[in-house]
Amino acid sequence: MLNSAGLSFVVLLSTVGAATTGRAEYDYYKYHPMTEITAWMNQMVKENPSVVTIADYGRSYENRTISLLKIGLKTGLKKKAVWMDCGIHAREWIAPAFCQYFVRQILQTYKTDMKMQRMLNNMDFYVTPVLNVDGYIYSWKNSTTRLWRKNRSPGAAGCSCYGTDLNRNFDANWGTVGVSDDCCSNIYCGTKASSEPETRAVTDFIRNLKDEFLCFLTIHSYGQLLLIPYGHPNIMAPNYNELMEVGLGAAEAIRRVHGKEYVVGTSPAVLYPNSGSSRDWARMQGIPFTYTFELRDNGTFGFELPQDQIQPTCEEAYSGALHIISYAHDMTFNAAAATATATFWTALLALGVTGVSLM
Amino acid sequence: MGLRIVIALAVFMGVRGSPASTIRPETLTADMSAHPNRVPEIAGKAQQTIVKVEVVGAEEDVMATGELNPNHYPAQRAAKVVQHYLTTRYGSPYRLFGVQKVHSGNAEDVADTGRKYQLEISVHEIISNVTQTCSAEVFFPRGETQSSPHVQASCEELLKTDTKAQEEALYQQYKTNQGLLSSQRLPDSYGHIEPDMKPFWHLGILASSFIMLNESTENTLYNMAQVANITQLATENEQLKFDCHTLLHDMVSQEIIHWKMLFTWSPGEGVKVLQKEQLPHCHHCEKPPNTN
Repeated sequence: MLNSAGLSFVVLLSTVGAATTGRAEYDYYKYHPMTEITAWMNQMVKENPSVVTIADYGRSYENRTISLLKIGLKTGLKKKAVWMDCGIHAREWIAPAFCQYFVRQILQTYKTDMKMQRMLNNMDFYVTPVLNVDGYIYSWKNSTTRLWRKNRSPGAAGCSCYGTDLNRNFDANWGTVGVSDDCCSNIYCGTKASSEPETRAVTDFIRNLKDEFLCFLTIHSYGQLLLIPYGHPNIMAPNYNELMEVGLGAAEAIRRVHGKEYVVGTSPAVLYPNSGSSRDWARMQGIPFTYTFELRDNGTFGFELPQDQIQPTCEEAYSGALHIISYAHDMTFNAAAATATATFWTALLALGVTGVSLM
Repeated sequence: MGLRIVIALAVFMGVRGSPASTIRPETLTADMSAHPNRVPEIAGKAQQTIVKVEVVGAEEDVMATGELNPNHYPAQRAAKVVQHYLTTRYGSPYRLFGVQKVHSGNAEDVADTGRKYQLEISVHEIISNVTQTCSAEVFFPRGETQSSPHVQASCEELLKTDTKAQEEALYQQYKTNQGLLSSQRLPDSYGHIEPDMKPFWHLGILASSFIMLNESTENTLYNMAQVANITQLATENEQLKFDCHTLLHDMVSQEIIHWKMLFTWSPGEGVKVLQKEQLPHCHHCEKPPNTN
């Protein structure tokens, strides 16, 4: 009897212990259904109250909330911004996993890493872990739905299939290349540009803040690619050279982590032409550094990337993303600091010259 | 007094921190060497130079000829065809191939009959983790009817991996087991494959490679997405026989294409596809009828 009492006591203690130290650690190296991701987002706000807030910025076709985490240190000064979205295509499960990892990483490192702290002072990060909420939930439904790509809007009357490819639906040379007007196709671009509520959620949000955004990173799988605008073969971004250079730097940063090669280039060169992509739309808004990340792998597992590859994939992608973000940040803020320094020395010199006469 | 003003200024500038910055103005890039047809976008949000084109298919009408950029899609797609060829020709449940890297490529039109690619690629044998450089030639015929590509490849080192013993053991295991084995969803939604089911996955890849090779064109890029179902069937002869439903992913159209196959395998004969059939598109994405 003493034994069982003792055992119950131990059980009681450990339960209390668990309650006081909090829930089990979130496993960033497993795939999570939407309910768990939403709970995780709320938890991030709770654990980092002055740094993380949630913004509900739209509704999916099936009327679910589309949310992002806004991460940044409050300075009272005007800030620049970085956009990252994951899961615009439902079956690309590694992408939402990366967004969650990315958030965890920056929240963990800024406390001790001066560079990251500086970036969070100067910029806000807007991270959408799952953009195509309906599609993602549908891909979790059962084994036959796992490879769904599009959203879940029913399409026009007379259409016998569901879904529009959100990454063909943006108002960026919409409907010109790399699309299908067959509503059953996986690259169906919708009834018109921005016909889909998920598309409009992104564009409405960004349009209000577009002068602030330095980077727009949209995360996909698979293929191990870093794609730069534009998807149309006959149109070149004005900063093409810089986009390539920074992209190649990011690919090198990726390679240094686990040796994986990511190819850099425009979609029409490296993959296929396309139009109406979110990246192209963002570039056309004037956001200078816009990239599509296609994460692991190269086709062996494809969309069903094994969970034991989540960690290495996230680590390398983080390195690549950080390279681009740091470049954009340093271009903007170090340049300004350099200008300030130059102004200071000029003023000093001027004072020195006049000071002689003053004294 | 001048010095005090200077110090005050220094302190002031230092404390102020980074002032609001301006984004560098857009510059038209002068580098047109990337693509002779490219038109630079005119800077500014309001105006854009958009070249109006008709809705075209996935490919440009004029394909790259001569020396190819090994990272660009024409060489990459041709290399994937080589991978499927090597798998059908030399693959086994213990020998599977992937293209590691394309080093160089060349393409030329062959009269009116089609297009020939010459490639130097690194091929990776997945199970023994050996990589080797190979030369390969891929010919995509052009004609009235859809025709499969023809491939030649030299990859001797990779084929020296000794898999006979493992294949024999697998064969005996499947031949002599009491029940007929069957498996579904390889890999599953989480990318997982049970260790004893791995040979089924490999057999599915082998058989699918025949289809992927057959179906490949310059406008496709096939990978096997999943073995939906694979079932061992009884046979009267020495071959092992399987019924298999696989899902292929074509990167270019982004479609998932369902194929059913009947195939045999033995260590001596390798994979032979007896029957194959493409299944209709999209059973579960249809809207229920009479929806308003």
